[in-house]
Amino acid sequence: MSTIKQTLNVLWLQSGGCGGCSMSLLCADTTDFHGHLRAAGIELLWHPSLSLASGSELLTLLQDIVDGRLRLDALCLEGAMLRGPGGTGRFHLLAGTGQPMIDWVRRLAPLARDVLAIGSCAAWGGVSAGGGNPTDACGLQYDDDRVGGLLGFDFRARSGLPVINVAGCPTHPDWVVSTLMGLAQGKLGSDDLDALGRPRSYADQLVHHGCTRNEYYEFKASATRPSDLGCMMEHLGCKGTQVHADCNIRLWNGEGSCTRGGYACIACTEPGFQEPGHAFLTTPKVAGIPIGLPTDMPKAWFVALASLSKSATPKRVKLNATSDHLVVKPAVRKTRLS
Amino acid sequence: MSRLIVGPFNRVEGDLEVELTLRDGFVSSARVTAPMYRGFEQILQGKLPGDALVYVPRICGICSVSQSVAASRALAQLAGAEPAVNGLIATNLILAVENLADHLSHFYLFFMPDFCREIYSDRDWHAQARERFLPDSGESVRLALQARQRWMTMLGILAGKWPHTQTVDPGGSTRALDASERMKLQTRLREFRMFLETRFFAAPLEEVSALSTQKALLARWSEPEGTGDFGLFLHIARDLDLQQLGRGPGRYLSYGAYPLADGGLLMPSGVWREDGWRLDPLDCQSITEDATHAWLHQNGGALHPFTGLTLPDAEKADAYTWNKAPRLAGEVVETGALARQLAAGQPLLRAAVASGGGTVYTRVLARMMELATVVPAMETWLEQLEPEAPYCRPFSLPHSGQAVGLNEAARGSLGHWLRVEGGRIVNYQIIAPTSWNFSPRDAAGQPGALEQALAGAPMRQGETTPVAVQHIVRSFDPCMVCTVH
Repeated sequence: MSTIKQTLNVLWLQSGGCGGCSMSLLCADTTDFHGHLRAAGIELLWHPSLSLASGSELLTLLQDIVDGRLRLDALCLEGAMLRGPGGTGRFHLLAGTGQPMIDWVRRLAPLARDVLAIGSCAAWGGVSAGGGNPTDACGLQYDDDRVGGLLGFDFRARSGLPVINVAGCPTHPDWVVSTLMGLAQGKLGSDDLDALGRPRSYADQLVHHGCTRNEYYEFKASATRPSDLGCMMEHLGCKGTQVHADCNIRLWNGEGSCTRGGYACIACTEPGFQEPGHAFLTTPKVAGIPIGLPTDMPKAWFVALASLSKSATPKRVKLNATSDHLVVKPAVRKTRLS
Repeated sequence: MSRLIVGPFNRVEGDLEVELTLRDGFVSSARVTAPMYRGFEQILQGKLPGDALVYVPRICGICSVSQSVAASRALAQLAGAEPAVNGLIATNLILAVENLADHLSHFYLFFMPDFCREIYSDRDWHAQARERFLPDSGESVRLALQARQRWMTMLGILAGKWPHTQTVDPGGSTRALDASERMKLQTRLREFRMFLETRFFAAPLEEVSALSTQKALLARWSEPEGTGDFGLFLHIARDLDLQQLGRGPGRYLSYGAYPLADGGLLMPSGVWREDGWRLDPLDCQSITEDATHAWLHQNGGALHPFTGLTLPDAEKADAYTWNKAPRLAGEVVETGALARQLAAGQPLLRAAVASGGGTVYTRVLARMMELATVVPAMETWLEQLEPEAPYCRPFSLPHSGQAVGLNEAARGSLGHWLRVEGGRIVNYQIIAPTSWNFSPRDAAGQPGALEQALAGAPMRQGETTPVAVQHIVRSFDPCMVCTVH
């Protein structure tokens, strides 16, 4: 490993979340999970699902980090920071320690070269901050869409970077692994993060990019019911044209994505997605026009193009859009000139 | 007499602490603490009922589909809807992929690594165990993760992604499959069968599922080598007498698993009782939750989940966990793959329980039996899909009403109780498998299933934290994020 001088020591802790980002990580596209990490210079000091060490063995390791005996390069936090009740952090006391997890995070974060929020709960609060936010959950450096969170506006890890928000619900295994590989290679800097601290390697794309329903989108041939093949933007709540993530390029579990699974993109990489202000799977509209229009597209243009394309929709696209399988096949044509 | 606090307990899903009282080299009593609370039942209040399908899978990242299935069954009951047959079958496939992946993860990632510990360095199998099951370098762990990764690509096709799919719908499945996708799924199923038949059992699945006696099992898998990872487990189990370790309450709850197109179930519901040696019918009306020892408002005693409440009270005296104590007609029950196998009358598991009870050994053995029986069922289900028939039926939800959605998750019986008024959720109560298994004491002082199973666990020479406790706790395959949600 010529590009790696020393291993990247990774500590992974979980708090107010479901553990799904760890489960997603185990779906990483490799035939040799641990070998892949090793070859990339990533050393898991401890992970809740993947380490033999338990109980007092972990507490010793944490103390070694606190006392400076063990170098911490990347602190990965999964799950929201539970500040309640009344600021005590009692909603999660780290087992075996009697101390609030938020205190452990406050203690460990300044010691880490980089701090990563794994998933939308750790990044913004996410689903754990839903409803009336009963546990006063927040993200590491965001409280919903406001900068701050547990560690505060001014927090910088030892590297000088703010918290790296590998957001998603769950996050994609490859977003995590490629971010850790970038850190291990010393190739991830502030220019590689977007305005919300997300790695641009996935956040510079929109979910719309590579969507298999794009022909339906072009003609505004819309699905009206779950399992229909048409575009889900007009009626079924899909936000793929606005949401930052490469889900339809870097596919999930082999060849999947939400839209390929027959359901809307609910914006799970974006802060505040858990409280959209409307039914998740129904598109909110004003005067028949969806409120959330495609990113970077002026409304007048969208309306003009939509009405034009609707009037020009081929019968095939129109009929297939409201069916769960192809009812009209594409015509067979000669494609050469002579 | 001394006290010992064990935690953080890893290789379980979520955070867990166990407090032990030790006397004369044995655990004399135990208290189990679920140390984290998120408040999903509070978050769901006031929501649109259909939106539950976005929130509830996010209760748990390891049994996410199970939560979706329970919610979708509750909503279907509320709407009086029946899923399309294709959708019913597709949902069974999605759920089975998750459940079997959980069994695989439990064995290779959570349970077996404890046998690599130094405390066992004098055992004849120790070197083999380390070679296969050390978490970061074990050869079997590598191959199991590879098989699991490939297995989960079935959900890329069937459900868009895992965890947290929205494909599971009260009307069926939102993802219709074409003929070529079905073939792709058949290929993946075959790969998983191959892994199980070569690396895991070293035998055809049908040979495993046909087992009816302990004698036949031990005759066939008598050696630690050449008999797969299953054979090594059996060897270790015999050596450490895991059949006598961690005996539970002797009552086993199953809601019944995998509804079939003909109206039946692949595995029946019921309560198997060691006392009486019979299967009683399931009576959901007799389920209550008791918050006496939870950091939750007591709300007037033990309540049925339709009227139950989940509201934090962090300063409550005598409380030691965020989990309530679910009880069935006042009794402590155990739930999981073992309960399903006993309800189904699988002869090997009934024989094993007859001789040693519900223990570390029988809990693990039941999961293995489920791997061997559910994969062939999935092969049949794939054949039953009709490519051009509907996958999802329309339905409409009433403005008010109440409904329950029951499901068997990998870890056992999962229930969602839902009440809707004015088109909004007014109460949503969830009882997860580990809520049952890892319940605290109730008002009558009855310890929960794990708390009972830990009493009597031995300390080995030179131990500060008994490894037996690790085995007993993990034999339930606890999911703490489901337990307290």
